[in-house]
Amino acid sequence: MQAGSDWQPTASNGALKLRATLLARIRAFFAQRNVLEVDTPALSVAGATDPALHSLRTETHGPVPAGGSSLYLQTSPEFPMKRLLAAGAGSIYQLCKVFRDGEAGRYHNPEFTLLEWYRTGYDHFDLMDEVEVLLREVLADVAPIASVDHWTYRDLFLEAAGVDPLTDSVAALEAALLCRGISPPAGLAADDRDAWLDLLLTHVVEPVMGQGLVFIRDYPASQAALARLRPGNPPVAARFEVYLDGVELANGFYELADAGEQRSRFERDNVRRERQGEAVVDVDERLLAAMTVGLPDCAGVALGVDRLVMAAGRYDHIADVIAFPAERA
Amino acid sequence: MATYSTNEFKGGLKIMIDGDPCSIIENEFVKPGKGQAFNRVKIRNLKTGRVIERTYKSGESVEGADVMDTNMQYLYTDGEFWHFMDPVSFEQHAADETAVGDAKKWLKEQDMCEVTLWNGSPLAITPPNFVMLTVAETDPGVRGDTSSGGGKPATLETGAVVRVPLFIDVGEVLKIDTRTGEYVGRAKD
Repeated sequence: MQAGSDWQPTASNGALKLRATLLARIRAFFAQRNVLEVDTPALSVAGATDPALHSLRTETHGPVPAGGSSLYLQTSPEFPMKRLLAAGAGSIYQLCKVFRDGEAGRYHNPEFTLLEWYRTGYDHFDLMDEVEVLLREVLADVAPIASVDHWTYRDLFLEAAGVDPLTDSVAALEAALLCRGISPPAGLAADDRDAWLDLLLTHVVEPVMGQGLVFIRDYPASQAALARLRPGNPPVAARFEVYLDGVELANGFYELADAGEQRSRFERDNVRRERQGEAVVDVDERLLAAMTVGLPDCAGVALGVDRLVMAAGRYDHIADVIAFPAERA
Repeated sequence: MATYSTNEFKGGLKIMIDGDPCSIIENEFVKPGKGQAFNRVKIRNLKTGRVIERTYKSGESVEGADVMDTNMQYLYTDGEFWHFMDPVSFEQHAADETAVGDAKKWLKEQDMCEVTLWNGSPLAITPPNFVMLTVAETDPGVRGDTSSGGGKPATLETGAVVRVPLFIDVGEVLKIDTRTGEYVGRAKD
């Protein structure tokens, strides 16, 4: 790169137009279905406790909160949107910027655009259907979807990696990696089963997922995040992920509505954070208060808009679809 | 030696892996939205030249390799070692056959080369991209033949054999691209 040229956008005019087209189509899709567009704060006194997410923080000097405070930049608009649901807003969606520290690469930018929506009265199966309809409409003439596949997390791992992710030992997971020439990082703890599954997912499963739209559901209970659990042996999370052409595009839940269970999951996350030497995150008491009053039965999903633009325009790098990625912000 | 966090990984960074100095070729950040982040890197082992893949947990630290590329003048070989001199400090370094590798057929006394030092010892030698070498042996030149195509082998003063056009004669100085081992042209003086 020439010195002094980094004021220029990394995305072409074509990519910017494609992004604008997709955003307009998304808004039209929800307007047609009477799903309300909402706008919630990006800054909050509470953050995401999820140990895999690292929040950015910023300082305020008051007067709100009085005397000033450190605020979290949202990693997703989930908590305030759920407060709107508890307040009776009905089905809602939002297009907004979210922030995740430490995430940068071909498919990551620390600041990115998320489409998040909630449907009251839906479970995750209903919502997976709607995700497919939305993607078909939005991508119709730009990058038509070639095929649609549905897998459970368990069946996909059995098929792609030859291991049972719910019952096999960590030693068996390690063997499946080693026989494919992948040596696990030295820092991967033997008792951190989910990290081993993530290693298999990113190194073995995702690369063979192929083209088209793939839905994965019934995640291990330990990866439920904010999804409710489905009884079974073993129980699984009512959570799904959407992959488009082998790239993770969206994550959805049949939303956990039990405030007590939600509080204990937040606390468990913070215990894990402490164990990993990470800062404990302030729990969102306003969300818990709203859930105590009552979150309506609903399903929600968050979809990465930048990756959607990448898929629509067959772009190779997230910088191709963002006017000014972090390196030029 | 310094350590590097995966956040500092980028092409060209020199790190230690299994006791060998390596250079990062490519660094890929992979992370499921709700899961563990990894850095998947493609690395060249600077001792063997082999390219391998490694995965780190994002945030892990790796020991840096004390590897430095320096410009040195090639002095001579005693058959076992190839001797180089830092033109600034006049410090001399002896590189063994493993370190010199394929570069040896392009080394001409007094030429400047890139010497990669690891903990102060030569690890690899990179000859200049272009070298001027005299033809020591080749079939007699065919005058007037300037057509492309054809050609003949010529042995150069360093022992390297390259394909040259038919009109080239013994004693001529040729410009050779060491990256491809190909004849570029006659030296213009």
